[in-house]
This record gives sequence, structure tokens and C-alpha cells, in this order.
Amino acid sequence: MENPFKKVTSLNRVLDFFHNGSIIMFGGFGGVGSPPTIIEGILQKGIRELTLIGNDTGFPQIGIGKIVNQGRAKKVIASHIGSNPIAGQLMNEGKLEVEFSPQGTLVERIRAGGVGLGAILTDVGMDNEIVRANKQTVMLDGKEYLVEKALTAEISIVFAKKADAYGNLIYDKSARNTNPLVAMAGNITIAEVEEIVPIGGMDPDSIMTPGVFVDYIIPSQGVNWKWAWE
Amino acid sequence: MGMGIDHRHRMAKRAAAEIKEGMVVNLGIGIPSFVPEYLPQHLKVMFHAENGIVGMGPAPENGREDENLCNAGGLPVTVIEGASYCDSAIAFGMIRRGRVDLTILGSLQVSEKGDLANWIVPGKKVPGMGGAMELAQKAAKVIVLMTHVDKNGHSKIVKSCTLPLTSKSCVDLIITDMAVFSINQRGLELVEIFSPYSVEEVKSKTDCGFLISPDMTIIY
Repeated sequence: MENPFKKVTSLNRVLDFFHNGSIIMFGGFGGVGSPPTIIEGILQKGIRELTLIGNDTGFPQIGIGKIVNQGRAKKVIASHIGSNPIAGQLMNEGKLEVEFSPQGTLVERIRAGGVGLGAILTDVGMDNEIVRANKQTVMLDGKEYLVEKALTAEISIVFAKKADAYGNLIYDKSARNTNPLVAMAGNITIAEVEEIVPIGGMDPDSIMTPGVFVDYIIPSQGVNWKWAWE
Repeated sequence: MGMGIDHRHRMAKRAAAEIKEGMVVNLGIGIPSFVPEYLPQHLKVMFHAENGIVGMGPAPENGREDENLCNAGGLPVTVIEGASYCDSAIAFGMIRRGRVDLTILGSLQVSEKGDLANWIVPGKKVPGMGGAMELAQKAAKVIVLMTHVDKNGHSKIVKSCTLPLTSKSCVDLIITDMAVFSINQRGLELVEIFSPYSVEEVKSKTDCGFLISPDMTIIY
């Protein structure tokens, strides 16, 4: 296939971007829509001290959970870790720093980072001392809001159903979840996709993430974990 | 307190009666997930999921699961006619904008003013708030389904919450295994009792005062 924008590449090539201490943002919700091939590659590379930003820490053997469970992350920014007991254990042992953000606020912080904004204003979590802690507040038209800072990452990894060679993406059903937001917020964005077609092979009206946000595209080897319900 | 299957289903059935034609509804995990079993078959309701679905249907048959079609808890679901998918930011936009008519959640404590504490037990592992804060604070109506007392026998309905708050003054209706309370302009009001409990028994298990509705009924 022609590769005019040099975006279509291999797992080995993109793994060069990941190092000890990398700040990585990942798409997915309970492991659904997380990129299995890139996650496995990060695991095999053996890098550590990672900061991971995403909705949750997956399940112990599903999604980003596989990296967290190996003690490869020093910090996680997420809305919950409830489906991954090992993440909770590491946190309690002081081996994993966890910053919690309300789910809707977290994705909006990611979206803000992805569209070049510095922060968002929201009243969600105002009544909770942990959410409020160390945050600026702003009075606007007589109402108080929390300033929630935008999030970006060195590398964003997303999982899509289909891409063309420019990186225009389509996601599958509820596997879309946080992927379109995460795709915008990486300094480098890598999309793992199930099907890659030539430029012109996708209807412009159907595109969910414009390829302008996507730097590299790699073919997926498919989900390599057993789902919780299997 | 241990709770029989019967109790849980009685609570879910009572909660189902709050769901009206045309509503957008978000269900929490646990007892709230039983609620759809008690809805009239032809009632048109859109179930919302935080990951990005409006129009969730029942779980698929065994062997027909789609790994890319799951609810916010990561379990396979189906969709009904008229359903749509969106990203999670849009799904939460629907909540904050007030487009979700009703949410049914579990809780650790609810105060007489409707303050909700459902995400942290001090000293215990903190699993994170997930989407509970947005739903509690922004859904048009909030129903709590919970046991009346905790496993040490302490009332979960309290004068003021001792656990960290999820959101202030947000709960509209509390359904426990003993009774149903409305929280309205008059305050906390007992509106229904599950048979065979008596008002006295409910009073003895509740850590704050409450009004008794003149129209109070017994649910058998």
C-alpha cells in the first residue's frame, strides 16, 4: 500500500518513542478500546517509572492493567482503580501514586489538552475535600467553579477499528469511549488499528478522529487477553 | 446486614416504578442493575452509559457477546432501536447538561438533607469516584438504593454524613430494604414501608428524625 504521509509503520518503530519515565495517555474504558498490541510491546520493552493517564487501570490481566500489575508505573491519573485490585494494593504499599479525577472532569481535561486549552471550569466535586484540595477556584457570574488543569502526554496510544493511510480513524461501538479525546492530547499519537485502507478508502463524513491528530498507525494483532465475562 | 434476594428484588421493583415513558436513565452497579427486569415491556426508555452509549438493551445471550459493546462496568450489553454511541466526554456532557433524567445509585450514607456519601470509607482502600460525582450532582433526579443499616447494624440514613461527601443535597428518594423515603421541601419523609416492618421498627433503625406522610402506604 502507498504510504504518502509515512504514518503507517511497525510496532518496533513506534516502541522507540517509549522510555523509562515516559508520560503515556491511553484510550479505553475497563480495557474495552485499549490497544492490546502496543500495551504488549511496552510490557516486552521492560520500561519502568511510567506515568499513565486514562479512565481506569483496567482489570488485572486486561488493558493497561497488565502494565500496572508489573509495577511498571510510578503514577496513574484516573477516575477509578476499582476493577484492578492489584493497583489498589500497589497504591496502599506506597509503590504507586494515584491522582483521582471525577470521570467526566478527567475526560474533559484530556479534551482540553487536546484542543489547546489550559484548563476547564467545573463545579463537579466542589463538595468533596479530596477533589477540591490544592485547586484554584474562580467566581464567575456569582457562581464558584474549580479550575481543573488540562492534560497532555508525551505519547497517546489509541485503538481504532479502521484507519486510512493519513490516520483518519473510525472506532467500533462502545470501544470509542475515551479514544477520540486521548488521540488529540498526545505530543505523539499512535493509533493501533484493526484495518488499514489506502487514502480515499474512507467516507470523509464517517471520520471520528481526523488524521491531523494521528502521527503513526500500526496494525493490531488483536486482543490477547481474556475478557472478565469469558 | 445480610439481605435476601427477595429484598433486593423488591427494592429494584419499587425503583422501576419511578421510571417513566421517554426518560433517559443511568443505572449504577449492584441492586440498581436489576431494575430493568421490572419495567413494563413496551415502556420507551433510553438507558445511558458513561463510556458512551444511549439506548442500552439487555445483556446478550451467551456466545453472542461483542467485546466492543460493553457497559461502563465492562460487561457486554446490546443496544435497542434508536441507540447511539458517543465518546465519554459527550456522555458526561449529557449528564452535566441535565439531559439524564434519573440516576439510581448505591450509597454508604445519605443525610436527612439528601447529602450523598458513596465513595470513600476512611482507612479503606480508595477505589476512586468514577462517574458518581457527575451523576449525583447533575442528574435531574437521584434515587438511592441501599440497605437500611450497614454490616455493623448502624443506620445508613443519618442526620449528617460522617463519610466524605460525594455531593450535597442531591438525593430525592431513598429506597431501603425496610422503607421508602422522599426528601422534599418538608424534609425527610417516610412515604412507604415494606411489609412486615412497622413504623416503630423503621424509627429504631434510623439515626435521625423523619416526617411520616399522611398518605403512607405499605408495600407487600
